[in-house]
Amino acid sequence: MSAPDLLYTELEEDLRATVRRLLRERCDWTAVLARCESEEPYDLDLWRTLAGELGLAALLVPEDLGGAGASARELAVVAEEVGRAVAPVPFLGNVLVTAALVACAEREVLPQLADGSRIGTLAVGLTTAPHAAFPRSVKADGTSLTGTVSAVVDLEVADHVVVPAVDGDGAALYLVDTAASGVTRTPTTPLDLTRRFGTLELAGAVGKRLASGADAERALRRALLTAAGLLASEQVGLAQHCLDSTVDYAKTRYQFGRQIGSFQAVKHRLADLWVEVSTGRAVARNAADALAQDTEVDLAVALAQAHCSDLVVLAAEEHLQLHGGIGMTWEHPAHLYLGRAKSSQLTFGIAETHRQRIGELADLPTP
Amino acid sequence: MTVDAAELRGRVEEFLAAHDPQRTDRLEFLRARFDAGLAWVHFPVGLGGLGAARELQPVVDEAFAEAGAPDNQPQLNVIGLGMAAPTILRFGTDEQRQRYLRPLWTGEETWCQLFSEPGAGSDLAALSTRAVRDGSDWVVDGQKVWTSLAHRARWAILVARSDPDLPKHKGLTYFICDMTDPGVEVRPLRQITGEAEFNEVFLTGVRIPDSQRIGEVGQGWQVAMGTLMNERVAIGGRTPPREGGMIGEAAEAWRAHPEKRTPALHDRLLTLWVAAEATRLTSIRLRQQLAIGEPGPEGSAVKVAFAEQNQAITGFELEFLGEDGLTYDDWTFRQPDYASLTKRGAGFRYLRAKGNSIEGGTTEILRNVIAERVLGLPPEIRTDKDRPWKELPR
Ligand SMILES: Cc1cc2nc3c(=O)[nH]c(=O)nc-3n(C[C@H](O)[C@H](O)[C@H](O)COP(=O)(O)OP(=O)(O)OC[C@H]3O[C@@H](n4cnc5c(N)ncnc54)[C@H](O)[C@@H]3O)c2cc1C
Repeated sequence: MSAPDLLYTELEEDLRATVRRLLRERCDWTAVLARCESEEPYDLDLWRTLAGELGLAALLVPEDLGGAGASARELAVVAEEVGRAVAPVPFLGNVLVTAALVACAEREVLPQLADGSRIGTLAVGLTTAPHAAFPRSVKADGTSLTGTVSAVVDLEVADHVVVPAVDGDGAALYLVDTAASGVTRTPTTPLDLTRRFGTLELAGAVGKRLASGADAERALRRALLTAAGLLASEQVGLAQHCLDSTVDYAKTRYQFGRQIGSFQAVKHRLADLWVEVSTGRAVARNAADALAQDTEVDLAVALAQAHCSDLVVLAAEEHLQLHGGIGMTWEHPAHLYLGRAKSSQLTFGIAETHRQRIGELADLPTP
Repeated sequence: MTVDAAELRGRVEEFLAAHDPQRTDRLEFLRARFDAGLAWVHFPVGLGGLGAARELQPVVDEAFAEAGAPDNQPQLNVIGLGMAAPTILRFGTDEQRQRYLRPLWTGEETWCQLFSEPGAGSDLAALSTRAVRDGSDWVVDGQKVWTSLAHRARWAILVARSDPDLPKHKGLTYFICDMTDPGVEVRPLRQITGEAEFNEVFLTGVRIPDSQRIGEVGQGWQVAMGTLMNERVAIGGRTPPREGGMIGEAAEAWRAHPEKRTPALHDRLLTLWVAAEATRLTSIRLRQQLAIGEPGPEGSAVKVAFAEQNQAITGFELEFLGEDGLTYDDWTFRQPDYASLTKRGAGFRYLRAKGNSIEGGTTEILRNVIAERVLGLPPEIRTDKDRPWKELPR
């Protein structure tokens, strides 16, 4: 087996530069903060630019389905930048729904998601691990769906939802238009003000069946694996921002007549964090590469999540702590990063869940 | 003559016979309790105490609680009781003790602490708020920040720079500041929990009579150190019960949600439970040491451990709660009466606990204190100690 490619290509670096420039212009943290308690917590204009004009939403979509036919490697770079900026855009829902629709070779909605004109998500609880059992909370009777799914990411802004459901043939995936009758969406007050979710209630809503049986299970798992793998990159981007911003602060903040970064206690903490971010980047790149090559995806994603979901919290907590009192205030972005970090740690299962999975995959069984 | 537990119980009984808690006005009752020396029993006679051992305080508190007597709601005046009172007792004049301690104890007048500034947090001695002598007054100008509860305080303990030509530790003076003075402006400063528990305080031409100075001119640092020692020791009235803190919330969540349990999380919970219990016992040990007059280094140890555990436990709680851990109870802006880690959602606890390792001295600073003062390790090389404050890099 050849070693995974863990570096960034020139193309990927170009993509990063473009995305970063746009996010710097359109979504600095003051704008994110101003938005997060407003009527419009998401910046959908920004999303349309990212998704449509820059074509990011098409990256995962194969060319024959109207997409750019790129791979998770490119999208992972975008994820890093989204994390770095805690951008309030429906990125995660888009990854989930796109991966699911691609796995089902869907042709109608996918192009609209790919060009950014419509928004979609996948109706699974945000804390669902990729290897979890197929959800059974929605029942399908013919084309009529009934049931409730909580913690559905980006639900409020979604035009389409792919819903895992159980019907006469067992597992199935259905496509539901959120404007259809029988669909109710209730937003939840989130710890992470920059990423929204809510409860989806279906009371006889009409759905179009996309896949059933083993195909449906495979498609759902692929969607969760893709999103969890890319989330690791988002986490690395966020952690990197926390590290960078804390290093800057340590160089400019004076206490006891010195820069606080000149204290060994602070230096060692930041050096440790740098080590963590470096290892985090390697496992996140590994997950992206595995998704792109379709090799050992389960292990690569479990590994990335087991490592990055704790790393991101460590980084956000150090970011706050080393900023001292200013980091505890609303006017400083530390809380935006902390909220995103802690919530993303829970997203697709906490580290323990993924370590457990690694135990199965690496033949290290429980006693 | 020293007062023992039996005698204290007798005094409380006598007091209750003379002041029926059900029939006496709350404030009258509290004032009378202060005057009877049954407020803080280790304070001197005439100042709310009986010169008894500090460890006997729970005897009195429990006897009053059993009788259904009103208390002085200590949680509403944490800084007054924990910091201002011991400072005034130790460094104040007789007039100051007489003036401030009684309404402080009864809760009629609450207090805040005007120490930190935007440029001076860990390095408190670097502060730049100016106090200039003008006849029998001082005129104070400057800005304070992160001032907890300034929005409801009647008085503040304040440290200001009275001589910028001296090295930073020598040119400070300590005052009592009237928060109702027109030169005092309090602006809420929202924190990451969504509430404004702390504030920015702008001091513009605030006139403080010299009679409200505590300690000598230029002795502000020593007085402030006395205050901070008390902050870090922060002895409450009662012994914390098992599962009394954050671990209790996590344990309750565990008991309430069998469906969320896993073996790995179980081990983590128990590890946290053991650590919390160890810290609780260390704090009890600290109280017992203090009672016999031997404050040990456990004060700093308890603060460091407490902060670390509160953060680990509240983080664990969110992870355990899973989907519910993604939610927040309420972001509504409010200015609370006191800082409570309980009675709110797990997300609030997680965010608020982040302050535990910053407020009242950061964990890093406390580790330095332990390393240097307890372990006797050589101090960091200091270049700022003997130079005039005004020449220091900032
Ligand atoms: C919730 C809350 C309530 C507060 N309430 C009050 C109040 O009521 N009144 C009041 O006066 N103040 C209050 N404070 C302020 C608090 O005391 C200061 O924030 C604290 O002392 C840290 O100072 P700083 O914020 O300036 O951080 P800095 O001193 O700038 O520290 C930044 C980082 O550098 C580290 N650092 C600094 N010096 C060293 C060193 N020598 N060695 C190693 N590391 C170092 C710190 O540990 C920290 O991680 C409150 C703070 C909080 C968070």
